[in-house]
Amino acid sequence: MGIEVSDLSVARGGIKVLEGVSFKLAPDRVLILRGPNGIGKTTLLRAIAGLQPPLGGTISCAPDSLVYAAHADGLKATLSVVENLTFWAQVFGTKDISPAMAAFDLTTLADRPAGALSAGQKRRLGLARLLVTGRPIWILDEPTVSLDVDAVAMFAGAVRAHLAGGGSALMATHIDLGLTEADTLDIAGFRAKAPAPDDFDGAFL
Amino acid sequence: MIALLIRDLKLAMRAGGGFGLGLAFFLIVVTLVPFGVGPKSSLLAAIAPGILWLGALLACLLSLDRIFALDWEDGSLDLLATAPLPMEAIVSVKALAHWLTTGLPLVLATPVFGLLLNLPLAGYTPLILSLLIGTPALSVIGTFGAALTVGLKRGGLLLSLLVLPLYVPTLIFGAEMARRGVAGLDITTPMSMLAGITCGTIALLPFASAAALRVNLR
Repeated sequence: MGIEVSDLSVARGGIKVLEGVSFKLAPDRVLILRGPNGIGKTTLLRAIAGLQPPLGGTISCAPDSLVYAAHADGLKATLSVVENLTFWAQVFGTKDISPAMAAFDLTTLADRPAGALSAGQKRRLGLARLLVTGRPIWILDEPTVSLDVDAVAMFAGAVRAHLAGGGSALMATHIDLGLTEADTLDIAGFRAKAPAPDDFDGAFL
Repeated sequence: MIALLIRDLKLAMRAGGGFGLGLAFFLIVVTLVPFGVGPKSSLLAAIAPGILWLGALLACLLSLDRIFALDWEDGSLDLLATAPLPMEAIVSVKALAHWLTTGLPLVLATPVFGLLLNLPLAGYTPLILSLLIGTPALSVIGTFGAALTVGLKRGGLLLSLLVLPLYVPTLIFGAEMARRGVAGLDITTPMSMLAGITCGTIALLPFASAAALRVNLR
């Protein structure tokens, strides 16, 4: 298990942003993607999650092994914390949500509607969703946005526990999670070159 | 799939879910029509089937842009797309939830609204039957329109323009069935046409909606 990406190129808004991306994520490893804003981290993660087709290259991973967490948490404001988590547990065919609640310290907020949570609490609930899916590979896009120091430590602990269970994680983040064992990949080096204007007249015809 | 259906129904029932929206709109149309065309009961009886069908169709149209827009805004559509549910199942469940929260209440409320429009007694059964057969098609076609316009700001106008022409066959045969029922004529032909349209849309459009949604999520 794990992901192997070779010679991947992805486009955003019809413009190629990354090309020749190759990496391998083994089980029980974390790979952190770094790079300046707009380089294409989100686009790359969305392509790996299967939300958009890549322009070229291959992504190979076991089927039904990925879970994707985007910038938005996908919470329903009028459903309670428990209802939100239970829904995702049912969608992914798992049962028990209490370990996820405990891991992100949501037990005291169980019956609060998600709309009444603070930004950091919402994020914790969004991350707790990863645990209830039971999927081995986490694809995370800026997972620590609006988390405080304690919650970041809580998240790092959850990632470690996930690795210890044989899982792996691929994340784009700017802050230091304190995960010393993590590998880092700077994707700025894969920036797509502007296409050579080989057919200048063609652009105007 | 059941979980998604239950979640959507729960969301529709909670505050701000828009469960009563279509029903309230239907009620407004039906109560205002007699003021507009005058209190002549023979005239009302003649136009009642058409007005009830038109009201149901517009009430359905009103709530279409909510089908995917809310899930799109809070990011759960992305997460659902990467969940182990096939996209076709997601759009089918969404259409079913829309019908259960909009179409079915309209069908159930029609007897009361028919009374307001002085609908002849013979017309009730064909009208309710025609709405019962026809409104699922409205939800499925509407889900397709919503999938096409998801992610567009102020997509509601475009959605209405796209969906209205597709609603015309359902409206023609549905209203024709109700009209024939009132006149005491045979309703078999429009009923089978209406049922055919509904079955066809249910069978084919989820695939089109799923494809449209995949393109829009890129």
